[in-house]
Amino acid sequence: MRDRPWILLGLALFAALVTFPLWYNTALGVAPKELELEKARGDACIYETAYMRERHMDVLMKWRDEVVRRGNRLVRIGGKTFEMSLTKTCLDCHRSKERFCDRCHDYAAVTPYCWDCHVAPEQGRVVAARARTAEGR
Amino acid sequence: MSMDRKSFLKITGCAVAGAIAGGKLAGLVAGAEDADYVPGPEALTARRWGMVVDTRKCRKEEGCTDCIRACHEAHNVPQIPDKTREVKWVWKEKFEHAFPSHETEYPNEELHGREVLVLCNHCDEPPCVRVCPTQATWKRESDGIVMMDWHRCIGCRYCIAACPYGSRSFNWGDPRPHIPKIRADYPTRTKGVVEKCTFCEERLARGEMPACVEACPEKALVFGDLADPASEVRRLLRTEYALRRKPELGTKPEVFYIL
Repeated sequence: MRDRPWILLGLALFAALVTFPLWYNTALGVAPKELELEKARGDACIYETAYMRERHMDVLMKWRDEVVRRGNRLVRIGGKTFEMSLTKTCLDCHRSKERFCDRCHDYAAVTPYCWDCHVAPEQGRVVAARARTAEGR
Repeated sequence: MSMDRKSFLKITGCAVAGAIAGGKLAGLVAGAEDADYVPGPEALTARRWGMVVDTRKCRKEEGCTDCIRACHEAHNVPQIPDKTREVKWVWKEKFEHAFPSHETEYPNEELHGREVLVLCNHCDEPPCVRVCPTQATWKRESDGIVMMDWHRCIGCRYCIAACPYGSRSFNWGDPRPHIPKIRADYPTRTKGVVEKCTFCEERLARGEMPACVEACPEKALVFGDLADPASEVRRLLRTEYALRRKPELGTKPEVFYIL
């Protein structure tokens, strides 16, 4: 056990390096970056905001299974009926994928692959416009 | 501190059980599960959807591709010029390729070379469904449509090998650059996914007929409930002689052809 001081020093150094960004920012007094999300249209989401913030992916997975596997298209929540559609229902209030979905996903460093296939309305417009320009129309 | 094996397992077990119970409890407290899921009120339903292609009417409009165009526009189907990578849901095939079992070494000059519209047959015994390892393709119990769940497709292409009609296409690359006009109301597919005709199940759910049926200027495509003896498809099958593609394979296609 003659190496004990060296091992402990190494561990301390490692811990210090790993936590460097935390204490460096604390020392400089840098405030955490604010997440600015676009305000949604309408007054209420289908579920509580806190619940949606945490569990919207579960809601979307449930919707996916209901629509694709069970052929259900509508969901009734507390007397209100909604079409289970990411692009038609969610994005009808959250108008901008870039300023809502993407911003928060970037902030949380997650990369869901919804948009590999699903087309955000504005995204569709952009692509269509590009295609038209390419054709010279 | 020393711990024997027994107490270690006890403590670990309790911790895991506690975590699971806690997770379940948190789910219950959040409680968004009190929702009802229902089909749309105007949805078209049948016990067995099927189609009759009246090639006599289809041939009236020489070179017409309205149905193909309508389908491919409605479903964001990419237009890829490379034949080895092309994606298609509905297309025209020469008679002898669509109906190889009806072709002999003495070809009929009226039929040989004639173009026939082909699409997924939505077989009653779909071989693609039997081989799919993830149930990404399955036959819907309610109406017999052979469905696709692109979320689940892992791109193994067993279904492509199994389908005797070539009705399935694989996305070898990102299809988006090849889609002339991307519609936002229907998803595109992505690289590594198999796609095919779905009998427009998304349109049926809104109370609309399939895009190809609606687009045909000659009304050569008749879509209806094969389980309903009073339906137009059943009337046609009763009164006209109709073929199925490769009937000897026992897949029981639900798309019929009047020559």
